[in-house]
Amino acid sequence: MTMATNNQSMRDTALTQLCGFDQLDEDEPLRAEIDGFAYAVFKVGEMVFVTADLCSHGPGFLSEGYVEDCQVECPFHQGKFDLRTGLPTAPPCEVPIQTWTPVIRDGIVFIDPASPNQI
Amino acid sequence: MVAQQGAVVIVGAGQAGGWVALTVRSLQPDRPIILIGDEDHPPYERPPLSKDVLAGKASPESTYLKPLSHYAEAGIDLRLKSRVTAITPDAKTVTLASGETLPYEQLVLATGMQPRSLPLPGADHPRVRTLRCMEDLAPIRKFLSPGHKIVCIGAGFIGLEIAAVAARSGCAVTVLETAPVALGRVVAPEVSAAIVQRHKKQGVDFRFGVAVQAIEDNAGAALVKLADGETLAADLVIVGIGGQTNCHLAREAGIACDNGIMVDAEGRTSAPAVYAAGDVCRQYSLALGRTIRLESWQNAQNQAVAVGKHIAGAPEPYADLPWFWTDQYDDNFQIVGAPERWDRVIWRGSPDDDKFTAIYLLDGRIVAGNTLNNARDIRPLREMILARAEVDIGLLQDTQTSLIKIQKLQAAQ
Repeated sequence: MTMATNNQSMRDTALTQLCGFDQLDEDEPLRAEIDGFAYAVFKVGEMVFVTADLCSHGPGFLSEGYVEDCQVECPFHQGKFDLRTGLPTAPPCEVPIQTWTPVIRDGIVFIDPASPNQI
Repeated sequence: MVAQQGAVVIVGAGQAGGWVALTVRSLQPDRPIILIGDEDHPPYERPPLSKDVLAGKASPESTYLKPLSHYAEAGIDLRLKSRVTAITPDAKTVTLASGETLPYEQLVLATGMQPRSLPLPGADHPRVRTLRCMEDLAPIRKFLSPGHKIVCIGAGFIGLEIAAVAARSGCAVTVLETAPVALGRVVAPEVSAAIVQRHKKQGVDFRFGVAVQAIEDNAGAALVKLADGETLAADLVIVGIGGQTNCHLAREAGIACDNGIMVDAEGRTSAPAVYAAGDVCRQYSLALGRTIRLESWQNAQNQAVAVGKHIAGAPEPYADLPWFWTDQYDDNFQIVGAPERWDRVIWRGSPDDDKFTAIYLLDGRIVAGNTLNNARDIRPLREMILARAEVDIGLLQDTQTSLIKIQKLQAAQ
């Protein structure tokens, strides 16, 4: 067994199922939980983005937000985040939200909860 | 060489004043900015005061726009516990209570409001309280425990929010309102009835169409006397009957005021280089096509940001559609739009549900919307209101299709 496949299998074991790709809707983000933590899953074209569901500013849930130009507008204060980076793009949001890079395999969306993207 | 620009002086260090300062600073790193407030806190958001801060679930500091240290770090001269006594547009100066005179290149009046007091005998009783500032909290919180009787005068947002916190704290709460319904100025009677019903489930008692005649002393506590002869004992009386704009500085300086400082969509008053921002201004709303005064979190942030941008030479007129929210118990209730009238309300869900959307129509077009625990519908409502298109009523009533989908279908038509 080569080192590369070893790494591959290690990565695979960390991946956790989030939702089915078919469940995703461009207009309506999906809330999905892993171990009690809530994620918001977004579909933009054929791309999938995963962020923490809770806004970094107030008690709003981004899975109930409005998606436009690869940004989500929080329904609570109408602040915005870029789905690609998690960076805030409209006040009052100032603190980035965590994002994860999903892996889509056999119609299922997976993430590694322990490996959020670097901000 | 670029000429040194003069100072931006901002009178009022609330949410709006704070956002003007932060916005100018983000666009003009070297601009002198003086932000003057009469409270002992850096700019903060007031909405949590009648909700989580009053309930002790959130700290006062959690409401700050930025930590106190930020202002010095950003080169903003924040002067707290400081009061402006006069402004002189001809000389472009403001005068402080200390006697100091500050020259400005641009002046912003973000002086906000103060709660209206009861025009009644006994209104100055120590157990009669209003809530506007951080300092107003302690005398109210003292009575938020089981066994205390709280009477809220006025069934507006502030009265209902405090009623909710008090009921949750185990107090016996009665809400008095002169009008026949709650939230009468802003929502349809059938919607406010649904909100009131949720309070009644928590044990809050309501008296509509009643007039308070006087407040008397009752061994240190208060006795609220109604016009019909009934008396209500109260450990604490909360007065939430609206507010008055702090426009005296503007009026004395000859700036046009009409229940608020008159401004255009960029926040400019009738005096050159003088702007107004936040609750205090009566603005021309591009979204509504009329003048309006808005007491809202949204306006205190975004209209102030628009003023800051104009001052910094990056004008972007303020065109938001008015939007409000309130949190009571575990409920989040939102309002988008500010209609003067409507002729039909379409319900998605029922008034008895824990979640609903009510859509206000005038001549077949959407003019406003309310959501209870259904914030997701606010943005599509906003789009549909701004589109001013005639809507398909059958489609709006189809709760199998989400409002976002309906909005996109409408937009594509």
